[in-house]
Order: sequence, then structure tokens, then C-alpha cells
Amino acid sequence: MAARLREITPAALASAALVALVLGTLAAVAIRAGGLTGLRATDLAAIRFTLWQAALSALISCVLAIPVARALHRRRFPGRGALISLLGAPFILPVIVAVFGLIAVFGRRGLVNAMLAPLGIEPITIYGAQGVIIAHVFFNLPLATRMILHGWQAIPAERFRLAATLGFGPSEVTRHLERPMLRSVLPGAFLAIFLVCLTSFAVALTLGGGPRATTVELAIYQAFRFDFDMGRAASLALVQVAISVTALLIAARVTMPASFGAGHDRTTRPIPQLAGGAGRTSLDALAIVLAAAFLLAPIGAVFARGLPALPELPAMIWPATLTSLVIALASTLVTLIIALPLALAATRHRWAEIAAMLPMTASALVMGTGAFLIARPFINPTSLALPMVLLTNAALSIPFATRILMPEIRTLQSDYDRLAASLGMRGIARLRLLTLPRLARPLGFSAGLAAAFSMGDLGVITLFSDGQTRTLPLALFQLMGSYRMDQAAGAATLLLSLTFALFWALDRAGHHADSR
Amino acid sequence: MKTHLMLAGALSLIATMAAAEDKPVLTVYAPDYFTSEWGPGPAIEKGFEAICDCDLKFVAGDVLPRILLEGDKTQADIAIGLNTDVTAKARATGLFAPHNEDTSDLTMPVKWDDPIFLPFDWSELAFIYDKTKLQNPPKSFEELLDAPKDAYKIVIEDPRSSIAGLSLLLWVKDIYGDKAEAAWEKMAPKVLTVTPGWSEAYGMFTDGEADMVMSYVTSPAYHIMAEEDDSKVAAIFPEGHYFSPELVAQLKTSKHPELAQKFLDYVLSPDFQGMIATANWSFPAKLPHAQLPEVFQTLPMPDKTLYLGEDEAEKLRGPALEEWQRAFAK
Repeated sequence: MAARLREITPAALASAALVALVLGTLAAVAIRAGGLTGLRATDLAAIRFTLWQAALSALISCVLAIPVARALHRRRFPGRGALISLLGAPFILPVIVAVFGLIAVFGRRGLVNAMLAPLGIEPITIYGAQGVIIAHVFFNLPLATRMILHGWQAIPAERFRLAATLGFGPSEVTRHLERPMLRSVLPGAFLAIFLVCLTSFAVALTLGGGPRATTVELAIYQAFRFDFDMGRAASLALVQVAISVTALLIAARVTMPASFGAGHDRTTRPIPQLAGGAGRTSLDALAIVLAAAFLLAPIGAVFARGLPALPELPAMIWPATLTSLVIALASTLVTLIIALPLALAATRHRWAEIAAMLPMTASALVMGTGAFLIARPFINPTSLALPMVLLTNAALSIPFATRILMPEIRTLQSDYDRLAASLGMRGIARLRLLTLPRLARPLGFSAGLAAAFSMGDLGVITLFSDGQTRTLPLALFQLMGSYRMDQAAGAATLLLSLTFALFWALDRAGHHADSR
Repeated sequence: MKTHLMLAGALSLIATMAAAEDKPVLTVYAPDYFTSEWGPGPAIEKGFEAICDCDLKFVAGDVLPRILLEGDKTQADIAIGLNTDVTAKARATGLFAPHNEDTSDLTMPVKWDDPIFLPFDWSELAFIYDKTKLQNPPKSFEELLDAPKDAYKIVIEDPRSSIAGLSLLLWVKDIYGDKAEAAWEKMAPKVLTVTPGWSEAYGMFTDGEADMVMSYVTSPAYHIMAEEDDSKVAAIFPEGHYFSPELVAQLKTSKHPELAQKFLDYVLSPDFQGMIATANWSFPAKLPHAQLPEVFQTLPMPDKTLYLGEDEAEKLRGPALEEWQRAFAK
């Protein structure tokens, strides 16, 4: 009993911290407002639009990710590893940077319309609900692809070899190996993307084309900033949490564990016989090329636009860059320290999973304001600036880190629990010899995401700002706000390059640490 | 010798730091853009510290929301960079003290008699376009509304998240009154998109994605003076343009009321007023026309200035927002 208790203590502590951060701050806002306020008709319209676009974005991202992930799993070509890393880039881009990249490709004066015009094809427009969906798919297709690809890689090579021995063709492989894997991975991927899109703010505003594309997060912003109606903001935030938790429970019900059993972890080279003939090869090639074009063109556009301005960046950009890097690495550490125990517990305890997902459901604005209200009576909030930035940045990545770790932990536990128990391997020894080495890949990926998210974060909690420290994204915004659009583009190129380099280094480190 | 010099340098540094600590600190809450080195913050800090024997400290962020949350325990002595859209709410808190300045001789197109909120610069809303690219710019608001839907694409800011967007809402309401919703319905097909803030909108315009952007009559001055580019111009409408001042106020709870008052005096001084035009790309609130930078003296200006007072703006905001949302929903 004492051992069981010791086992879940870290997860319980981490959960308590997240519950306090998300629900405690919401309660603080509601109490300060003197209770919750009723919603308006426009709020209900915002809730409807938010649900609709989030579900559609998640669905399209998942459906498109399957052929891309399958192609990447089945094929080997030079630069494959680099391409997989690069395809992850959109997910980690700061929103404003990505939106400008999308406009450069799909906008009125964008690449696509420039190519369509000579063909006499009517120009396409990105502004409207379609723009919100395109942007969300752009952001989240990489996440879905990575999650599904991890699922594929988690199928032991022995199963594929057995399939080859039994003379399976591609369709049998699909039925016996791939479909069960997808059943276990897809609900999680759908849920993660649904939740990301649920709290979307700037994307919907810039590409939505007008007030029809109003999301709940914007309604919260309006309630705070223009109406100072904290009761309504709290009500809306509560609705957001309720929707997310409901989605979480539904996803948990439809997820089927795929139990392939343990393998020997050798060779991941695809077996030619299972990969199909020339027809399938060209389909796979098409999937990879289309995905690469869709995901990389906007990034290339941002990069190229800012490149000439790099040498003209003002000197203050460098301290801001350093601040951003330090914050990113520190909050990566915080993320892993909180996410690992949660993920280890989450495969057995539903509460740990829900706690890990909570930050995703939170409104950043409500979280920041609530924390400010709680801290103020005791301490000058400015002195909390750094811990708050670390905690909120980490909170943004914890749901992803947990999601990424969970499937592999499930496999780890079902495959090695009995062996580890019979060897009496527990506690730190188990963590060091079994858990950490087996989880090196998802840990590296999670660390990469956490660092990247933190790099691109604008510091939503401006209430804690001391007015002195400045991050790279804030510097970018200040440049834009004072007409310096070229220098801002240069800062965007710098931000993009550094964010990606951090992500790539940590992700690769995870791969190298895993001998498989 | 070298080490001695270093030691002397270090000591004098410590001495100045200690002196700085002894000085009273004037805390000024300001918006984010204000405190960057391209904003007016650094020049204001330098100018005021030269005369006040104090340490001016900016705290950047969401000025009014923060003060509202902090209530009478706020650290702020001064709040700067407020806009008229929030003054009604700010006034209602009773947290702000009178500015005690003479506003009878301000150089603004609007008479100012607010005892609490003091304007330090102003501009007027305008649609900005590139004259080398747009052949048929609108010559009036009416013409803009009546233009065919593919005549030009405009990017505007969201009135729910941006001051510029809210001012545009009031501008349309002021001109068209009961017919504002119909005006928005005419404008909607020409609106490329609605952005969360001014920066995104202006970036889309300078990138060439939009033909026109909702900005200020003073925007072209930046391009002329900083980039030697005179292609960006404001469309001037005979219906009149909406007035947009930026405000400063002192807090009742200030621990250094004399210093705060001195700062307000400084705001209207020739020193501050002389540098604000190019520091913030807008007209100073109190500077004779002849003393303005040359580019500002020759900027095309509307003949008529429109401005709804604070009470009326507060009253019209809700209904105007609903009209705007309905017009775009069609």
C-alpha cells in the first residue's frame, strides 16, 4: 500500500499544481467578479463556431495525416529524417509568423494565385471559414502525422516480419496491424487537435474574414478588455473547460488499446513485399510531396521575406533572443518534470490524464488574470514574472508531452511490467534502466515541442511584466507596432530559425539516445 | 594602472547606482509599444529624468485592465497611452486625479475640457493606400461605400480587440447614424479581413496583400521621413475624419503627487511636445504649427474633424458593435 502511494505521489502533486493553475485561477476571477454572468446571443454563436471549426480542423488534419504518416513509415529515402523534422515546423511556429506565411502563399497576392492567374483560373481566397480551417490544418497536420507515425513505429518489427512470412499483402497488413494501431492512436490525435483549435484566437481573427469567425477565446478577450466583465469572461472560460473535458471523456471511451506485445526492437527497415508495387510507391511519393509543399511553402516564404533584413536587426534583438532561449530551456525542464509522472500515472488513472489535459482547456487570459489576483495580496506580481512565465509556458506543452508519452508508456507497461516486477526493479532504478531509455524518443520530441512553444510564446501574462525583460516575439511585435515591418520580418526569420533549431536538436537527441 | 581605473569605474558605478536608489521612483504604466526603443518611452524617460531628480520607471502592459485589477493598491503614479474608448470606465473607478493643466491653448482640432485625462498627442483616422498601385482611390466615404466590390480590398481592425477598430466603428456611426448598419453592409464586401490589431493590418498593407488599411492621417509621415517613400497616402474625405487623442493621467493613490504633477507639466512642455511627432508619429497636443517637422506641416489634412464625446461613445459602442456584427453576418 505504501509503495502504491509512493508511486502516485509525484503524479498527484503535478495534478494538484495544474488544477490550481487552471481551475483555481478561474475561480479567483469568478470570485472577484462576484459570480458568473449569463452569456449573450453572440457568445452562443461564438461557441457554435468554435466547436464546428475545431471538429472540422481536427477531422481533416487526421484524415490527411494517415497517408502521409504511412508513406513516411513505408519509404526510405535520403533526407527522410530531416524531412520528418522539418514537417513538424508549422506546429511550433508562432501564430503571427505562420499567418503571414500562409498569406504569402494562399493570399490575394500569394504564390498560389500567381500560378493560377496565367491559367485563367479564378483567384482563391483564404479569408473566411476556409482560411481558419486551412490554417488549423497547416498547424496541426504535423502533430497528427507525428502521432500516427509514432504509432506505426511502435508496432514491433517482428509483427511485420511475421506478416511477410505469412504472405500478407498490403491490405492484410492494413487489416491486422495498421487498423488496430490507428484505432488506438487516432482518437488521441483528434482530441489533441480539437483542443488546440478550441482555444484559437489570432488565427481565427486574422484569416476569419470578419466577425462570423468569432471564437470563444476572442469573446473572453472582449469581455475582459473592452467590457471589463470578468463574470462573463469566467462563464465563457468555464464553458471552454466543460467542452474540453467532455471531449476528453468521449475520446477515452472510443480509444482501443492496440496490444501487439513486446518485440526485440531490431531493424525497422520496411519489408519490400509489404510495401506494395509501383502504384503504391508513387501514391506514397505523392502524399509526401504534397504534404511537404503545403507545409513548407509558407515557412519558406516567411524565411525568405525576412532574410535580407537580418543584418539590419537592431542591437536590442540579441538580449531579447537570449532571454527567450533561457526561458525556453528552463520551461522545457519544467514541462518534463511535470509531464513524465503524469504520463506514467495516466495510463492507469484517468484523473492524471484529465489533469494533464486541463491546461489546454484554459484561457490564457483568465489564467494570467486569476494568478495575478491570487498573488497580489501577498507579493508584488512583478517579482513573480519569471516563475509565472515558466509555469504558463510549461503548462501549454504539458498536454502535448503527456499525449506523446502515453501510448509508448502503455506499450512499455504492458510489455515490461511483469519482467521488471520479477526482477524487483523499482523506483529510480526502473526509471533509469527501463523507463527513460525506452521513452527517449517521445521525451526528445516532447522536449523539442516544449522548447519551441516557449520560444514562440508572446508572454500572454503581460500583467506580470516588469517592463524591462523582453522576449524575441515581444520585440517582433514592438517592431511591427512602430511601422518597422521589414525589421519585424527579419526578427520573424530569426525566431523561426532558432525555434526550429531548438526543436530539431532536442528531437534528434531523443532519437540518438534510443538505440532502436 | 588599468586595474585602478577599473576599480575607480566600478566604484563610481556603484555610487551612481546608490544615488539612483535614493531618488524617488515615478512609476508610469504604458502600453507595450510605448517602451520599445522605437516608441516614445526612452526619449520621455531621458527628458524627464534630466529635470526631475528622480527615476522614471515604465511598466509596460495592458494599462487600464491592470489598474482596474489593482484598485487603490496600484503601484502606478501615472498612466499613459490611454485612449478615449476606456476613459468612461477609468473615470468611474475614481482612481484618477485631476491633471490641473491649462487645456485652453492646446493645438488640437477639438476643444478639450476634460479635467482628468490630458491629451499628449493626437491624430485622425484615415484609410491609407499606395498611390503608385491604386488608380481609383475613393474621394469620399460615400464613394468608398459605393465602389464596386472588387474596386479595392481593405483591411480593418476588429473593434472588439483594437482601438483603431473601435474608432472606425464610431467614425461610421458618427457619419451615418441610423444608417450605419447599411453603410457597413456596403463596406463588408470590400473588407478583405478583420485583424486583431493595428500591426497585423498594417503589415498586410505594406506586404501588398491589401490595397487599403485603416490607420491614421499621420501614417504617411513615417514612410516619408524614415523610408523616403512618399507613395503611401491618406484618403481624405469631406465627410470628416474621426479624432483620436492619446491620453495621460495621474493616480490619486500616487506616493509622489508632486512628481506626478511635474510629469504632467513636462508632457505639455516644448521639450516633450517637440519630440513626440516623430517618436509616436502623431501630432503633438500643444505645439504651434510652424514648429512641427516639415513633413507634418504639409501632410494633407481633412477640413472637418468628427468626435463623439466620451458619454456618447460609451452609449453607442454596444449597439454599434451589434450593427457591425449583423452587417458582416449577411
